[in-house]
Amino acid sequence: MDWNTIFVTTVKASIGLETVVYALAAIGVNIQFGYAGLLNFGQAAFLGVAAYGLAVIVSTFGLSFWLGIAVGLVATVVLAFLLGIPTLRLRADYLAIVTIAAAEIVRLVFRSVAFKDVFGGSDGRQNFSGDFYAMNPYAPGSYGIGPIKFDERTTWVLTVGWILIALSCVLVYLLMKSPWGRVLKAIREDEDAVRSLGKNVFSYKMQALVLGGVIGCLGGFIFGLGQASIQPDLFGTEFTFYAYTIVILGGAARVFSPVVGAAIFWVLLVFVGNTLSEAVGAGVFGSAITVTQVGSVRFILVGLGLMLLLIFRPQGIFGDKREIALDAR
Amino acid sequence: MRRAVIAFTAFLGGLVLLLSSPAWAEGEALKGTLQNQGQPVNGVKISVVAEDGSPVAAVTTGADGTWEVPVSKAGKYKVTLDQKTLPSGIGLKFKDKGTLDVQVYEGNQRNVLFALAPAGQQNGGNASGESASSVWDRVAQLTFEGFNLGLIIALAAMGLSLVFGTTGLTNFAHGELLTLGAMAAYLFNAVLGVPLILSAVIAVVIGGAFGYLQDRFFWGQLRKRGSSLVAMMIISIGLALFLRYIFLFLFGGESRPFAEYNAQPGIQVGPISAAPKNFIAMGVELAVLVIVGVALLKTRTGKAARAVADNPALAASSGINVERVIQIIWTVGGAVAALAGVMLGLAQNINYQMGFQILLLVFAGVTLGGLGTAFGALVGSLVVGLFIQLSTLVVPTELKTVGALLVLILVMLFRPQGILGRRERIG
Repeated sequence: MDWNTIFVTTVKASIGLETVVYALAAIGVNIQFGYAGLLNFGQAAFLGVAAYGLAVIVSTFGLSFWLGIAVGLVATVVLAFLLGIPTLRLRADYLAIVTIAAAEIVRLVFRSVAFKDVFGGSDGRQNFSGDFYAMNPYAPGSYGIGPIKFDERTTWVLTVGWILIALSCVLVYLLMKSPWGRVLKAIREDEDAVRSLGKNVFSYKMQALVLGGVIGCLGGFIFGLGQASIQPDLFGTEFTFYAYTIVILGGAARVFSPVVGAAIFWVLLVFVGNTLSEAVGAGVFGSAITVTQVGSVRFILVGLGLMLLLIFRPQGIFGDKREIALDAR
Repeated sequence: MRRAVIAFTAFLGGLVLLLSSPAWAEGEALKGTLQNQGQPVNGVKISVVAEDGSPVAAVTTGADGTWEVPVSKAGKYKVTLDQKTLPSGIGLKFKDKGTLDVQVYEGNQRNVLFALAPAGQQNGGNASGESASSVWDRVAQLTFEGFNLGLIIALAAMGLSLVFGTTGLTNFAHGELLTLGAMAAYLFNAVLGVPLILSAVIAVVIGGAFGYLQDRFFWGQLRKRGSSLVAMMIISIGLALFLRYIFLFLFGGESRPFAEYNAQPGIQVGPISAAPKNFIAMGVELAVLVIVGVALLKTRTGKAARAVADNPALAASSGINVERVIQIIWTVGGAVAALAGVMLGLAQNINYQMGFQILLLVFAGVTLGGLGTAFGALVGSLVVGLFIQLSTLVVPTELKTVGALLVLILVMLFRPQGILGRRERIG
C-alpha cells in the first residue's frame, strides 16, 4: 500500500479540476434547487451544451476562442428557456422528468453518428484549448507546496476556475440578500402566497433556471479546457446526481456549501477509490474484488451516501432544516 | 372509457397473432443470414473492414446460414463476401454487390443482406429497384416492433404509475426493478442452467419479493417518518445509483444474452419477419396486461387500489386499508417489472444499464397517458413504443429515442395531464 501516493492525490483532489467543475455545477444547482426549489435534473446538459458550444466553434469551424465562449453561453440560455417554458408552470416532478429527458437528448445528439462531422460522435472533440493555454501567465514548471504540485497548465486552469467560483459565490451572496433573492426563497416556501402578492412567479423561476444554468456552464468550459478534450459521455445523468449529492452534502441554500461540499465529496471519493485500488492491487481482498470493479464501488457509495443524507440529515453539513425545499407542490 | 381500453388491448391481442421483432439490441454488430431460394448457405467467408481500412474480423457462415461480427463502435464498415467460397452453382445475384458499405448506429445490430441466386440467373449490373410495396412492408414491420417495445414499456409503466398514484412517489429506481428481473433470470438461466421459462418465473417471484420488501422495509418506513415527496424522489435516485452499480459490480459492463432462444431463425408472417420468441413474448406481455387490467376493474383489491390512487384519504376513511393496498401494488408492480426486464433481456441483451435506459421511455409513456392512471400508462406506453419504431422511417435509428423524449416535452407543453389524466392532478 503506497500511502504517500494516496495522500498526495487526495489532497490534490480537494482543489483539483473535478472539484472546480463540480463546485460550479453545484452552485448552479444550489440556485435552482436550494433557493428556488426547482428540481433541475438536467444540469449535465447545461455544462455539455456550453463545452460543446466552445469546442465546436473552435475545433470544427476554426473560429475564435471568445466567439466559442459566447456561443456556449447563448446555447445555455436557449436550453434553459426550452426546458423552462413547458415545465415551470407544472409541479416539481414534471420539471424533474423533463430535464432528465432533455439531458439524455442532448447527450444522444452529441454522440450520434449522424452529427459526427459537427460533434465528433462518441470520441468528442479535441484541439480547442490552444488559445486558452496561450494566455497562460505561468512559466513552464511546477507550482505547489511540498509534494503537492501541479504543472503550469493545470495551475492556470485551476486559477481561472477558482476565480470563477469566487465570483459566482459573491454574486449568489449579493443576489440572495437582495429583494430578488427574497422573492425567490418565498417562491420556494409558498408559490401561491408570492403570486397573491402580485409577483410573476413564472418569470422569477425562469430567471433562477437561467442563472443556475449559466453558472453551471462555466463549469462546462473549465471541464473542456482542463482536459483539452470533451466526450459526450462525460455529461451523463450521473454528473447531475453527483452535483445534487454535493449540494445536499454541503447543505442547500447556503452560499459556500456547494464549494465545501464539492471539496469534501471529491476528497472522499478519491481517497476511497485510491485506497481500494491500492488494496486490490496489494491483494488485500484476494480475488473478491478486481481492479475494474473498484470504479463501480464509487458509485455504490455515492448512491448510499445520497440516500443516508436525505433520510438522516437532509440539511447537510451547513444547511438549515427549515430552509430545505423538500415539499412537492 | 376503461372498458374501451380493455377492449382495445384485447384487439391488440388479436392483431399480434396476425402480425411480428426486436431490432434494438445492445452492442453493435453486423449480422445476416445467407440463403439461396430459402435454403441456408454455409461455409461462405465474409470479412468486415472498418472505415479507416483496418480489418475487423472474418467469419464463415454457420450451418443455418447465419453469421455475426461484433464491432467495437458505431461507424461505417465494408462487408465483403468472398465469392470464391460460395458453393458451386450459387452466385451473387448482382455481381457488383460482393462488397457492401454499411452504416452501424449506436446499439444497432445491423442486418446485411447478400442476395444469392443459382448460377445463370444473375444480373450483371444494377439492382432492379426496390418495389413500391416495400415501404408498406417496412411500416408493418416497424408497427410490429413498436407494439413489442410498447408492451414492454407498458408492463414497466403499470407499476410505476400505480405507485405514483397511491404514494405520490416518482420512483427513479423503478428501472432497476427491470434490471433485477433480467439479471435474476440470467443468473438462473445462463449460470445455473435452469431452462429460461422456469428462470423467468423465478425472476418474477424474486421481483415481487423485492418489491414487497422494498416497500415494507424502506419506502413504508420513510412514509411513516413523514419524509416529503421531493426527499423521497431524490432518495429514489440514490437507490437507483446504488442498485445499478451493484449490478455493474456483480455482472460487469458488457451485454450478454440468455443461454437459450438467442439465435432463433426468423419466420415470415405476412409482411413481417421475426423470431418465434417475439410472438410468444408479446402474447405473454398482453396476457399479463389484460390480467392486471381485469384485476384492477373486477377484484376487491383492484377496486381498492384504484380508490387509493384516486384519493388516499377518502379511501382510508371508507374503510380501505391503504398501507395493505400499497404493499400489494409494490409486490405486483415489482413482479410485473421483473417480467418486463426478462422480456427486455430477450429482445435485446442484458446489461446493467438496461433498466435506466428504458426508464425515461417509461416516464414518457406514463406522462403521455397521465401520471397516476393505470390505463393511461398502458395507452401512453403503446403510443411511445410505436412512435419510437415508426420514427425510424424518417430519423436515423440511433436518434429514435430522442424523438420519443421530445414528444414527452411537447406533451408537457400542450396537454400536461396526458391522454387519460385529469387536470387537477398536475398541480
